[in-house]
Amino acid sequence: MAKQAKPVEQVDSVIVRFAGDSGDGMQLTGGRFTSETAVLGNDLSTLPDFPAEIRAPAGSLPGVSGFQVHFADHDILTPGDAPSVLVAMNPAALKTNLHDLPRGATLIVDQDTFTERNLVKAGYDANPLEDGTLDGYDVHTVPLTSMTLEATKDVEGVTKREAERAKNMFALGLMSWLYHRPTEQTVAFLERKFAKRPEIAETNKRAFHAGYAFGETTEDFAVSYEVKPAKLRPGTYRNITGNQALAFGLIAASVKSGLPLFLGAYPITPASSILEELARHKNFGVRTFQAEDEIAAVGAALGASFGGSLGVSTSAGPGVVLKSETVGLAVALELPLLILDIQRAGPSTGMPTKPEQADLLLVMFGRNSESPVPVLAASTPGQCFDAAVEAARIALKYRTPVYLLSDAYLANGSEPWLLPDVEAIPDIDAGFTTEAPPDGDFHPYVRDDDTLARPWAIPGTPGLEHRIGGLEKQDLSGNVSYDPENHDLMTRLRAQKIAGIASDIPELEVDDPDGAELLVLSWGGTYGPVAAGVRRVRGGGGKVAHAHLHYLNPFPRNTGEIVGAYDKVLIPEINLGQLRKLIRAEFLVDAAGFNLVRGLPFRASEVQEAIEAML
Amino acid sequence: MSEPNGNGTQPQLTAKDYKTDQEVRWCPGCGDYAILAALQGFMPELEIPKERIVFISGIGCAARFPYYMETYGMHSIHGRAPAIATGLSVSRPDLSVWVVTGDGDALSIGGNHLIHALRRNVNIKILLFNNEIYGLTKGQYSPTSPRGKVTKSTPMGSLDWPFNPISLAIGAEASFVARAIDTDRAQLTEVLRAAAAHKGSAFVEIFQNCNIFNDNAFDFVREDKENRIYLQHGEPVRFGPGGERGVRLRGDGSAEVFEGDGDALVWDAHHPEASPAFALSRLTRDTVGATPIGVFRDVERPVYDDLMDDQLRAASEQKEGELGALLAGGDTWTIS
Ligand code: SF4
Repeated sequence: MAKQAKPVEQVDSVIVRFAGDSGDGMQLTGGRFTSETAVLGNDLSTLPDFPAEIRAPAGSLPGVSGFQVHFADHDILTPGDAPSVLVAMNPAALKTNLHDLPRGATLIVDQDTFTERNLVKAGYDANPLEDGTLDGYDVHTVPLTSMTLEATKDVEGVTKREAERAKNMFALGLMSWLYHRPTEQTVAFLERKFAKRPEIAETNKRAFHAGYAFGETTEDFAVSYEVKPAKLRPGTYRNITGNQALAFGLIAASVKSGLPLFLGAYPITPASSILEELARHKNFGVRTFQAEDEIAAVGAALGASFGGSLGVSTSAGPGVVLKSETVGLAVALELPLLILDIQRAGPSTGMPTKPEQADLLLVMFGRNSESPVPVLAASTPGQCFDAAVEAARIALKYRTPVYLLSDAYLANGSEPWLLPDVEAIPDIDAGFTTEAPPDGDFHPYVRDDDTLARPWAIPGTPGLEHRIGGLEKQDLSGNVSYDPENHDLMTRLRAQKIAGIASDIPELEVDDPDGAELLVLSWGGTYGPVAAGVRRVRGGGGKVAHAHLHYLNPFPRNTGEIVGAYDKVLIPEINLGQLRKLIRAEFLVDAAGFNLVRGLPFRASEVQEAIEAML
Repeated sequence: MSEPNGNGTQPQLTAKDYKTDQEVRWCPGCGDYAILAALQGFMPELEIPKERIVFISGIGCAARFPYYMETYGMHSIHGRAPAIATGLSVSRPDLSVWVVTGDGDALSIGGNHLIHALRRNVNIKILLFNNEIYGLTKGQYSPTSPRGKVTKSTPMGSLDWPFNPISLAIGAEASFVARAIDTDRAQLTEVLRAAAAHKGSAFVEIFQNCNIFNDNAFDFVREDKENRIYLQHGEPVRFGPGGERGVRLRGDGSAEVFEGDGDALVWDAHHPEASPAFALSRLTRDTVGATPIGVFRDVERPVYDDLMDDQLRAASEQKEGELGALLAGGDTWTIS
């Protein structure tokens, strides 16, 4: 590309949102912009926002799909509250996104799409480009569609429709110029993606270059912006989404335990991409089984566990409820099993693509009788990797089903991820029992003194043939027992085993530089916005402590001590107070809640306000 | 049949070796006893070390079965045994996995898992003990009870049209479908042998008398042996005293019973089309007062477990899995 002739302004952080029709390729555009940004070395965080409908009517409000990227020259925690730049590909995209855009922000719209018909579809009585609606914004109306057509008109063998669809690349080219993003990788990407149709690749490349050149030459954009690379920890990075990190974590757990990975899954939003990712890595001995239903998915995983695999099932709330009986069986069988719940807004089908944190009590208690299960929750897209490895470790070591919670925000959101040192990830010892006891009488419910875990003897091991099942077991022998005292004992043993995991997990860390009186206690996918809110409060001189729970059952052993040490405790959650209920019940602490259940992640500013209201 | 497992071949086992120390708790006179004895008697024939045999059951009277077999076993959840067995079988192709189920377990609450295991052709052997009643819950009608059945939950007679398990299995693309009678040990053993030798899913319906809640349900073939239409591959289908009755296909493909001479259908269990087997499955107590016993269908089809293994092998041959390389895949950048 030619040298920048226009003035360049340095900025420390930018939030860009691409919004358009679901057919406009906004996810791809956002993804490419993210890759360019990652390679440049900015810290970043992304948030796709797409409708559940695959193709809602073109131009309609429900059909709008968005992708937000926050990038900066310093470390950042969230995809950002409000965009500094909105690219709106049609009136519907403008209408649904404008309310998030603060006055003064930059707005780039495709003026070609502001036709009578599209305006009506978006519910505009008058053209917002002309009626003053956009006063106070830095508006750039660009004839994106017609310029795309003009730039690509010489490419042979491409229909007008196909050429028009390259307008997202024009927009990407323009944005790449505006923020000095490197372009080589996008060109290479387009060549790869459309290798089978070189004329389409050519069309997209031309549109992309035309967008870039337009930025350079038009007087409409007087300056361009530069965001310097961030000073992140040294090492090699990649950009990763939460679901990808979960899939990689499961493979890592399989490699480190030496157990083949078996995934039983049924397609469900927003968990399906874990199944799809794992299905691509059969060379690690990964068996992915797309079952007939959610029940069979987890059943097959448990069957595989019985046979010595690392059995995993992935789902979201509406699927997790169907898995309860199998998780209950796994509690009784005391076999390892990992269930990933990628939480989404409910009840029932709810809002499939939107995040929520409201399955906590479901996974804690959603089984018949006393059936304790460890619960972990991932905090950021990258942390999903560690969470998966850790959840697998606990399941294998304690012979128990384990729930790992993520959500739609982490699943699809992405951030730069410092590649872990593979050698440094500890091995996980599955510890199969392989030898028959000297007297030949194998007792499958004898317990390890430390962990209270029972032996795991897999079929194929001579001399250890045994039967297990959902009926209550006699302590030690594992025979069916209806003895009242034995049932009481077994109930307590199962509970003690899970409670004892507290001594095997890290203590809860508190970030409290100033000796605060207020503790903010968060869990799961709200880490970024809550930590960012805390930073803002401190930036304004407020004193606030922050602790984030990755373990919900059992809680870290010092949790009671910590929540008891502060005058005030605030628990922000995207539910109506589920962790708060647990903390209050467990530790008799009068914790307050900050709860918004909109199917959206928190904004840092909202958390900030909630904290400040309590100071 | 299978190689020794590296721990040395086991000495000749007998039925006794497959008995556990658990007291068998079915009602006296229950048909389950005969099936258990037949299976324990047959197991040594498998010549598979017993640590490589696994019985998985759901819930119901029949589901107690694994407790009485000195192999690996799991007494699981109502209806889910085929799903659990699928996970075990595909992840452990070295095992011989058997599912023991009942008419309520397999055809009501677990119907979905059954049909999908059969269509996939997972390498599991499914033994369905059909007693046409819910025994464990004390006598409610089941999905195989005849319509009008008066039970505790249907005092005026049941309204449901029943499943024909053999028709259902054939319709579900099962590659092996057979029927046996609890008390007919010789024929039951023969069917078990064929099921064990079959590669892929094998579905065996066993008429099992529940003498407490549904006594005599199968008397028409259990007591009256003349009504058993034994299917022998390559033999004409004939039954009755002196084989005086025959079975043939009509022009429309349905089956009929005829008296006396005439060309009876020569049975082909390996017929590539499922229609003849389906036609025979429609000969029942209700339609002709007799019913076929033996192997309805036994065809070769790729086994799910093998197909999955092939994919795993092909993938690793193409590129050995290496964790570091996996994590560093895609665009990376380095900060120093
Ligand atoms: S109730 Fe019927 S099926 Fe159950 S054990 Fe008794 S006789 Fe057998």
